[in-house]
Parts: sequence; structure tokens; C-alpha cells
Amino acid sequence: MKSNANRSAEIKLLISRIVVYAILGFLSFLCLFFFYLMFVNSTRSNAQLQSGFTLIPRENLFNNFYNAWHDGDINIPVGMKNSFIIAMTSAILTSYFSALTAYGTYVYNFRFKKFVHLFILAIMMIPSQVSAVGFIQLAFKYNLTNKLWVLIVPSIAAPSVYFYMRQYLEATLPIDMVEAARIDGSSEFKIFNEIVLPIMRPAMAVQMIFSFVGSWNNYFMPALLLNKPDKKTVPIMIATLRSADYSKFDMGKVYMLMVMAILPVMVIYVILSKSIIKGVTSGSVKG
Amino acid sequence: MAKRKSSGNRSISYAKWGYIFIIPFFVVYAIFTLYPQILTIYNSFFEYYRDGLTIVGPRFVGLDNYKTLFATNHAGYVPIFKFLGNTIWLWVLGALPQFVVAMMLALFFTSTRLNIKGQQFFKTVIYMPNLIMASAFAMLFFSLFSQVGPINQFLISSGIASKPINFLGMQVSVQTLIALMNFLMWFGNTTILLMAGIQGIDEALFESARLDGSTSTQVFFNITMPLLMPIFIYVFITSMIGGIQMFDVPQVLTNGYGIPDNTSTTLIMYLNNFLGISKNYGMAGAVSVLLFIITALLSSIVFKSINPNRK
Repeated sequence: MKSNANRSAEIKLLISRIVVYAILGFLSFLCLFFFYLMFVNSTRSNAQLQSGFTLIPRENLFNNFYNAWHDGDINIPVGMKNSFIIAMTSAILTSYFSALTAYGTYVYNFRFKKFVHLFILAIMMIPSQVSAVGFIQLAFKYNLTNKLWVLIVPSIAAPSVYFYMRQYLEATLPIDMVEAARIDGSSEFKIFNEIVLPIMRPAMAVQMIFSFVGSWNNYFMPALLLNKPDKKTVPIMIATLRSADYSKFDMGKVYMLMVMAILPVMVIYVILSKSIIKGVTSGSVKG
Repeated sequence: MAKRKSSGNRSISYAKWGYIFIIPFFVVYAIFTLYPQILTIYNSFFEYYRDGLTIVGPRFVGLDNYKTLFATNHAGYVPIFKFLGNTIWLWVLGALPQFVVAMMLALFFTSTRLNIKGQQFFKTVIYMPNLIMASAFAMLFFSLFSQVGPINQFLISSGIASKPINFLGMQVSVQTLIALMNFLMWFGNTTILLMAGIQGIDEALFESARLDGSTSTQVFFNITMPLLMPIFIYVFITSMIGGIQMFDVPQVLTNGYGIPDNTSTTLIMYLNNFLGISKNYGMAGAVSVLLFIITALLSSIVFKSINPNRK
């Protein structure tokens, strides 16, 4: 009797496991399928692409890469360079200054400390598009279009990165440590740069990755501010593919351009996926 | 200057360093965000746009821009309700399956009974689309689903369709594609957040429920869901805030036109149109203020849902 009940429970568990793995398999397939198609199509020539559907890669990968890299209208090397400059410097600035600001409101006691902290939390949810109108107006008024630094400097004031850094400090930095360093005679800046920053390295790395990816993919503001061919970023170039006359294109090259737009972030993800996934949860509220 | 304290020479005030350290943030914030925001609100009360080479305005018009925004029979303007409606509808289409699937996966992954193997792999795969450049993702879907694209090639060669389906010309298919992309981009992220929420619940509660002989449905509705509620609300509202900002995917997929017939034009796409050649700072300002009010209302819900939990 008992073994019978056990066996039916086991069979039930087995069936639910099969169903669950099937669902997970299907969703994983859905996540990978379109990108796999993109990759396959980036290895096929235009003629092969017109001839029909296939899931098997062909031999034209390098050919397409050469054509995409040397395209006359879409200067992808310049786009990637511009995107990289913006993404990299923004990532460094946003993590350094957010850490600095978080340290400022965490370690020091000053009159508006609490107000400052709450203020930054309150502005965290305001979408960047709300300031876009005034930003564009000012940029055109003061001749600041087509300047990459205009897109970089605002990253110094990033409320959500501040919030993350502040939580990290609360969890990892004992105030005693700062006081001990003071007794040793270190200056305040030296304490921050030489003692606190090394402690915050994991948090800074996570925020640098997210910031890099965010800037690399950012389309809205750059598209409004950058219109010179030598200043455009990758997303703007990809969007112009959409608006161009489609039938004239070498489609193998188009797929290759998309691969190139996505690849840098994918490489980062493949190497650092574990810490990125950990970073997803640590930035949000604690239950 | 300040009074000298008699308690000894160790009571040096470090307050000024606090100010010094937060100055860069606030200077940059004031110049690059706050001032533009104020300017945006200010603009919304002015007639101010470009007509060819001439600049019209700025001329104070009070609430006229807002009236134009909401007017149902103003020449040349589609009422904003349409774009607001589109945005909400597109968000719902993607978010509803997203939350159902994410909740399901979070329960699978945290179930000790199921004991799912390869979790790291599955999480890595389902989170991946979140990092993809949205404009490239949209361009990819455009290429794959175009009339000469591989999806149509497959449908025809396998005999499912007799002639190419115009996926990008029909409201149903365009909206479905946008929803599908948003679903793919965000369900992994939501799964990971909800999972962390479930893992934060005291294991002993599940243990005692199991000993009491509760079914898994009872456990879900009486323990998991109520305790997960603050995080669930947080994730849900931030998804709404993200949804109201939906832009890249429909913009690139429909080439900015919200085809067919403005049925996939979102609020930000509408805003973006005013910032193009016409540089209509007045109307764009009014759209932004509306956007600001909506997000402020949604954020206040988030803060209410988080704060009672704080000690």
C-alpha cells in the first residue's frame, strides 16, 4: 500500500519535472532562436538569403564582415568608436561619482544630510525624457549638438547608481575604519580613494557594466543630438538602416551590421554573466 | 566662525567634506537635468516652434498647448488619448504574459520539491535579451518578418501560407511583435527579481506549512504571495514606469510612423516627433509634463509600498 502511494507520488513528480523542463526549454529556445537566425543570416550572401530559409550557417561570414566594415553610407567603425568612447567614460564617471556622493551622505554628518538622501531617492524615478525638451533646446542654443561630452557628463549625476552604492556602503563599510584612517593622519580624499574605493570595487564593477551596456544601447537622446556622420553612434546607424530603401540592400551586410551592434555587449555578458545576474537583484529593494 | 568646543581637540567638524563630496553630483544635476526640466515645464506654456526657417514664438499662451493636446477635433492633431492608450495597451500586451511566466519560473526555480538543475544556465539565457540593443532587436525583427524575410520564406516553403504575410502592415501583427519583443526583453529580469523575493521569505514558514499538510496552492496564496507583495508591487510599478517610456522598439520597427495608422505610436514617439525638424518646444513640453505627472503618481505608489517595510 505504502510503496504504491510512494510510487504514484514519484510518478507525479517525474511528470511535473518533465513539464517544467519542457517549458524552460521552450523559453530558452525563444530567447535564442531569433539571434541564432541573425547569426546564420550574417554568414550568407545576398543571393543565398533571397533563395530561402535555412538554419545552417554558410561560408560568407568574412565577406559580409568586410563589406559591413567598409560600407560607404554606414561607417560602423566610427560608430563603434563613438559608442565606445561614450559608454566607457560614462561608466567610469557614473561609478566613481556615485560612490563619492554615496560616501558623502553616508560617512559625514551635515545639516541637510537626510534631505539630500531623500531628494536623490525622490528624483530617481523621473524619466530622462522629461528633461529632454529643455536639454535639446539648450544644446541647440549653445551649439552643443554633435559633441560627445554632452552625452557623457550627465552620467555624473545618476540617482539609481547612487542608491546602489549607498546600500553597498551601509552593508560593507564600518565607520570605525574611516576614523582609524583619520587618526593615522590620512586626508579625507585619500581615505576615500585609497581605502574606501578598493572596498567598493565589486559594486563599482557591476555598475560600470550596467552603465556601459545602457549607454551602448541608448538611442533616444543621441539620435536627437548627433547628426553628423562622424559623430553618430551605433544605435543611430542601425535605425537609419530601417529608414533606408530596403530593397537595394545587401542583406548579408545588414545582418552583419546587427551582429556587430550586439556583439560587444554579448562578449561582456558571456564572460561576466554570473556577476551581472547577481547585480540585477542587489540593486533593488530589500524585502 | 563656529564656537570652539571645549570637549577636546578630536571634535573637528568634518561636515564640510560631506558638502564637498556631494557637490559634483548636484552641480551636474542642476545644469544637465534640473534646469532642462524647469525649462521643459516653462516651455509648455508657450507657443514656440520652427516653421521652415522661421522661428515662431516664444509667445505665452497659457494652457493652450494642453488644450491642443487633449482636443478631440483640433486640426492637424490626434488627441493624446490615442497615444496614451497605445502605450498602455502595448505595455499590457507584453507585461501580462511577462508577469505570469516570470512568476511561474520563479516558483519553479525556488521549489525544493522540483529541484531544478542547470538554473544558472537557464537564468543566463532568459536574461540575455535584456542586454540586447533594443533598436537592433527591432531592426532584426523587421528583417526577419519583412515580406521577403526568412519567416515568410519559411511559411511559404512549408506550405503554411500561399503568399507573403505583411506582418508590418497589420495592427494585430505589429502590436504582437512589439509585445513579443518586450516580453522577451523583460521576463528574465522579472523572473530574477521575483525569485530573489521568494528566497527572502523565511524558509521555516514553508517548512511548517508543509508539516501542517498544506497543498502547494495554499502555500502560494497564503504564504508566498502575501509576503512577496511589496517586491511584486515594486517590480510591477517599475515595469509600468518603463512601459510608459516605451520608445526604441516601436520607433525602429515602424520607422517612427507607428504603422499602421498611428496604432503603435507611443507617448515618447509622439514627443520625439515634436523634437524633430519642427522643434515644437511648446507642445513637446506639454507632453513631457504629462509624462512627469504619470510617473510621479506611479512612483508614489512604489514609495508607499516600500516604506512601511522599513524599520
